[in-house]
Amino acid sequence: MEQLEKIFETRELNVNMGPQHPATHGVLRLVLDIDGETIVKVTPHVGYLHRGIEKLGESLSYFQALPLTDRMDYVSAMSNNIGYVIAVEKLFGIEAPERAKFIRTIVGEMSRIANHLLWLATHALDIGAMTVFLYCFREREWILDLYEMICGARLTVTYPRVGGVRNDVPQEFLDSLWKFTDEFPSRILEYETLIDQNRIWLKRTKGIGVISAEEAVSWGMTGPTLRGSGVPYDIRKHAPYDAYDKVEFDVPIGTEGDTYDRYRCRMLEMRQSNNIIRQCIEKLPPGPVMADAPKFTLQPKDAMFPVTHPTKQHAYYIEEKVCKGCGMCMRACPAKAITGEKKKPHKIDQAICLQCANCLAVCKFKGLKIVPGGKGLSEDKLKELAAAPLPEEITKATAHLVEHFTFVKRGPRAPEGELYVATEVPKGELGFYFVSDGSGKPYRMRLRAPSFIHAGCLPRLCVGHLVADVIAAIGTIDIVLGECDR
Amino acid sequence: MLIDTSATGLVTLDDGTKILPPNLIITSLDKIVNWGRLSSIWPTTFGLACCAIEMMAAGAAHYDFDRFGIIFRGSPRQADCVIVAGTVTKKMAPVVRRVYDQIPEPRYVVAMGSCACTGGVFRTYSTVQGCDTFLPVDVYVPGCPPRPETLLEGMMMLQEKIRKEHARWSPWR
Amino acid sequence: MAVIEVRLSLPPKGLEAKEIAEKIKEKFPDQVIDVAEFRDQVSVIVKKDQVVPICKYLHDDPLLSLDHLQDLTAVDYSGKKDVRFEVVYNLYSIKYRHKIRIRAQVPEPNPKINSVVPVWAGANWHERECFDMFGIVFTGHPDLRRILLPEDWEGHPLRKDYPLKGPGPENDWPGFIEVLNRSKELKEFEWEG
Repeated sequence: MEQLEKIFETRELNVNMGPQHPATHGVLRLVLDIDGETIVKVTPHVGYLHRGIEKLGESLSYFQALPLTDRMDYVSAMSNNIGYVIAVEKLFGIEAPERAKFIRTIVGEMSRIANHLLWLATHALDIGAMTVFLYCFREREWILDLYEMICGARLTVTYPRVGGVRNDVPQEFLDSLWKFTDEFPSRILEYETLIDQNRIWLKRTKGIGVISAEEAVSWGMTGPTLRGSGVPYDIRKHAPYDAYDKVEFDVPIGTEGDTYDRYRCRMLEMRQSNNIIRQCIEKLPPGPVMADAPKFTLQPKDAMFPVTHPTKQHAYYIEEKVCKGCGMCMRACPAKAITGEKKKPHKIDQAICLQCANCLAVCKFKGLKIVPGGKGLSEDKLKELAAAPLPEEITKATAHLVEHFTFVKRGPRAPEGELYVATEVPKGELGFYFVSDGSGKPYRMRLRAPSFIHAGCLPRLCVGHLVADVIAAIGTIDIVLGECDR
Repeated sequence: MLIDTSATGLVTLDDGTKILPPNLIITSLDKIVNWGRLSSIWPTTFGLACCAIEMMAAGAAHYDFDRFGIIFRGSPRQADCVIVAGTVTKKMAPVVRRVYDQIPEPRYVVAMGSCACTGGVFRTYSTVQGCDTFLPVDVYVPGCPPRPETLLEGMMMLQEKIRKEHARWSPWR
Repeated sequence: MAVIEVRLSLPPKGLEAKEIAEKIKEKFPDQVIDVAEFRDQVSVIVKKDQVVPICKYLHDDPLLSLDHLQDLTAVDYSGKKDVRFEVVYNLYSIKYRHKIRIRAQVPEPNPKINSVVPVWAGANWHERECFDMFGIVFTGHPDLRRILLPEDWEGHPLRKDYPLKGPGPENDWPGFIEVLNRSKELKEFEWEG
């Protein structure tokens, strides 16, 4: 035998499973050291989708950084938004109303189903079962249509907002969703009939990627990847948020810790999510969908319509008696419509004025007014109109406008401190660590992504198996590179 | 000036430019060859980020791609075009260029999504501001992410572009 | 049946976060600098020298059993505090449901700290990312190299003095400049239409 080895001089082969590959769920690069067909070492290379979200978040306000979180785990966009929103709400110290909490639970569970459907589609496609891909996408299209019904976007929704959700759900949506939950269990049965007891599926998933409970916890795994090994860790039960403490559901826990158990965990989780959605629809309470905390949330725009609606014929006017001539509005005006000397009352040129409210936001002396019906009038008529006291709805609307403007431009002032909040997204535990220095922008925004940790566990899961099992292992840890690289 | 359209091959004009005179054979061949090429555009699978999911949805049963003759091929050597779907980062740029170089002529590039067109939301140190800095793009499909129907319209526009091509099959191109 | 569905009941809550902080103060009195609290979450600020024994104690002690390393990251306080970097460990116990945060101060010239990979295997990639983004060296790490950016990238992006849009098109990563040059060379072979 040794003579044979000397004659043939076998040595390890170095194979690159490059960033462009039909089976690597995005841009993941694996360098495999193989001895024949058995794997000796796997080195994952990530970072091909590193977009600098954490650094970008430091230069945007808390509201502006919300759409960035959509693009992290793009297959279940609602869950990322919910995680971010809950962390920011805790930082500000506000709480969403009951109806918003139930709605967030509903869309969170819908995104869990959507995520597991896509996971099953790609996992089965890689292993060879192509029909499951088409079936799962059929259901996913149904869910994406429902998303479009509530917020208009299919994939990168930004529906959960700080303090609640963006808008209320129409009754049509709830009826459609109820019909979906009626039919969905039979569809899950369809997928299971195709692969559950299939000999090829069992051969390719049983005994692959086995990891024990203590090792899994030490490697930092979370979510169904961890629960397949028998560890009962589900943040929805350990530290409930939203409406999870008001609904009853089971959490599937595996025993063997191999790919087949993780697959069964996720299939059973889909059924449980269906159950949760049904309970939430039944228990949905009436009420507002945005918290009443004007210092920290964006109020709906209707409050400003009396002064900003395009059909109104308003004019911006500086009162001569009140204006101190400090020049702040002159510097703030982007159209350079304000003229005047220092310490003398300024004037707005009505022909150039864009009515953008930049001047209104910086004036400390309340010398600026919005005069109703003043557009296009001559200087004297405007003066006459302005002299009369304004109706209350105009002053209120003006105050709302100024507040909204400063919010969007500068961001709400968060209290100083740091906190870490974790939520259970379909892939595991998504954590947000904020360090706030008292200004409207986060000083440090850290996203703890489950896919990053799980991709690091690939070397441990693949060693000793064959090359084809690497594909099954990538599928079972359920990674998405947008989240992994941020 | 009058050109002799029965001549085969290039004809030199007064000011020195060479053109291929349109005659019956060449325009008929144009029509047939272009029809063949546009009815079977085979892209290589190159999903990078979120737009890849919408590309997959466009290829699935609801918004079928296959009815237009568009089949996704795994290897760039067997493909016609590359749909750059998602954000291109500086680490990934050499890989994208290498995949594009491996596609045999005639080849087309569709930039799908705002990130591939212009860098999108991500104006940062590691994102390439649009894949047209290093690739010749034929069709830009904006959106974040574009709906599957938008991508289909982008492919229709690519088909129109191919239909208007003149003598790309000939040795005088 | 390999997988069972369990109506998970909440395990009894362990210690309060403040009590864990007290325990750390008792065991390592000269290492603890401060204890901070915000919105019911307690952080213990320690010096960087004995960070591995502290973490080992928190992991192995049967009453604390903080076996889940939720997150390992760093913050750059340049200009705001005397010590520039802080490495932050967020710890959680699955058995007892209690949590604590440890912040280890790492001073500026040659930022170095001991690696906690012997305690939690999952800290491997977290520490590589910290090195990539901040430049903090973890002594004892099995394989410390850049993870999210290319290997020969210069600079550490999450530091406060690194510009958001990068150092400019001339000082860009050489691999990208090469791609741009190559595409310029090959432009003459492209179809003009």
